[in-house]
Amino acid sequence: MIDFDPSTFGLAHTYQKEDKDEINTLALPSAPQVIYKTLNGPTQISGGNKLNNFKHGTTTLGFVFKEGILLAVDSRASMGSFLSSEQVRKVIEINEYLLGTMAGGAADCQYWLAYLANHCRTYELKNGSKLSVAAASKFLQGILIGYRNSGLSMGCMIAGTDTTGQHLYYIDNDGMRLKGDIFSVGSGSTYAYGVLDNHYRYDLSLDEAVELGIRAIYHATHRDTASGGVVRVYHIHQDGWTKVHDGIDVVDLHYRFAQQKGLVGDGDEAKQRLF
Amino acid sequence: MYIPVNDMLKHFKQDAPAMANITHKSDQWSPYHDNSGTVLAVGIPGAVIVAGDTRLSNGYNILSRDATKLSQLTDKCVLATAGQYADFIALRKFLQQRLQLYEFQNEVQASTETVAHLLSRELYSRRFFPYYTFNLLAGLDENNHGVVYGYDAIGSYDKMTYGVQGSGQELVVAVLDNQLKGYNKINKTIPQTREEILDIILDCFSCAAERDIHTGDNVEILIITAAGTERIVKPLRKD
Repeated sequence: MIDFDPSTFGLAHTYQKEDKDEINTLALPSAPQVIYKTLNGPTQISGGNKLNNFKHGTTTLGFVFKEGILLAVDSRASMGSFLSSEQVRKVIEINEYLLGTMAGGAADCQYWLAYLANHCRTYELKNGSKLSVAAASKFLQGILIGYRNSGLSMGCMIAGTDTTGQHLYYIDNDGMRLKGDIFSVGSGSTYAYGVLDNHYRYDLSLDEAVELGIRAIYHATHRDTASGGVVRVYHIHQDGWTKVHDGIDVVDLHYRFAQQKGLVGDGDEAKQRLF
Repeated sequence: MYIPVNDMLKHFKQDAPAMANITHKSDQWSPYHDNSGTVLAVGIPGAVIVAGDTRLSNGYNILSRDATKLSQLTDKCVLATAGQYADFIALRKFLQQRLQLYEFQNEVQASTETVAHLLSRELYSRRFFPYYTFNLLAGLDENNHGVVYGYDAIGSYDKMTYGVQGSGQELVVAVLDNQLKGYNKINKTIPQTREEILDIILDCFSCAAERDIHTGDNVEILIITAAGTERIVKPLRKD
């Protein structure tokens, strides 16, 4: 049993008073402070299922090819078995040359990638040059190692372009940072890897790469209950990133791929959809 | 809760040593209580409609039939919260004070997008001891179109056209998906006017009150437009 002093519950929010701004005693909330840590695992307070059921479950993928990097994500957010949203944006636009994908806890990814964006901008203003993808991902890794064992859940990919080219990194809440050519993250990642590993080549053209990314996400959404919604596709090239597809419904994809396979059903489903 | 063992029992043979100094996990004190209820918000061009029931409950007890879940933060936006009422009050207090300070410093009220971001940051600052609140921030954006931001307990947020939170969430959101987006409808008729949408919202709350024990008593509706705020209260089942 955790031995704690109940008065610590009141101290979750520490206001740091600085001498120079007396007026601003209600400062913007600072980075979260861990109240108490156990060595065994993440902090647990019994709040029932609802409180620990943050938005999880996803499929995201990214791969490097000759035209740059392709990122494809689904858009489903589930809280336990309830679908809280089918329109989530899992690619976070950090700045014009860096993108991050979201997997695991939505709030953790949103907050820390926004924190990274802030850091990148500050660096750019102070130093006159943009932060490299390697440095940006390393900065994020450093933060996550600091919060290790505190219960953060993030499996994100940082993809971007800098003076040395386009690079893809995978960052994890355990503090892992891997550079690589193909990554897929989330509950549907195994299905996406199956499709990706089958058809990936470095010298894909842009259209082929987009098609591969869409197909891989579609297959993951087809078999994984926690993935679904729409497919969003981004392309990173030497001038930054472009949004290739903002949202292709996976149900449309299902009937399109079925038709390609020659499965027309009784002819009506593909044409007259009830939804 | 620690139940002291009667001294006499020491003289009896203890078969199961486990019965001596046990504190059951379920007896452990928790800072969280679910005061339940349902809130929803719908954004349409020109207005946003926010509604919440007014029942405050704790388990099987009704603590109040007249407790508002809505809080108007600026002229243009309203916070609707389901979950723990104490955390709603604390969160509302923080937001009201911080937004007042913003207005003093900037001589203009914060936009809905700004408030949405502020709320997300505040929720995340308590990442390791969360506010037990499931929020909807509904307001008018720069073009006076209605927008709704839906949050989870630790601050992840997304812009959406409508949102539901609370104990009746699963019941109500399926109805709204069908009525407002035409999902799974054969004759897709999407409501266009504010009156149609208000009717749908009242129906949703009646449905939720029928099937969810924590929703009922009254439904309070706020309609925010560029011209101002209108408040309607309608009765619901009180059982």
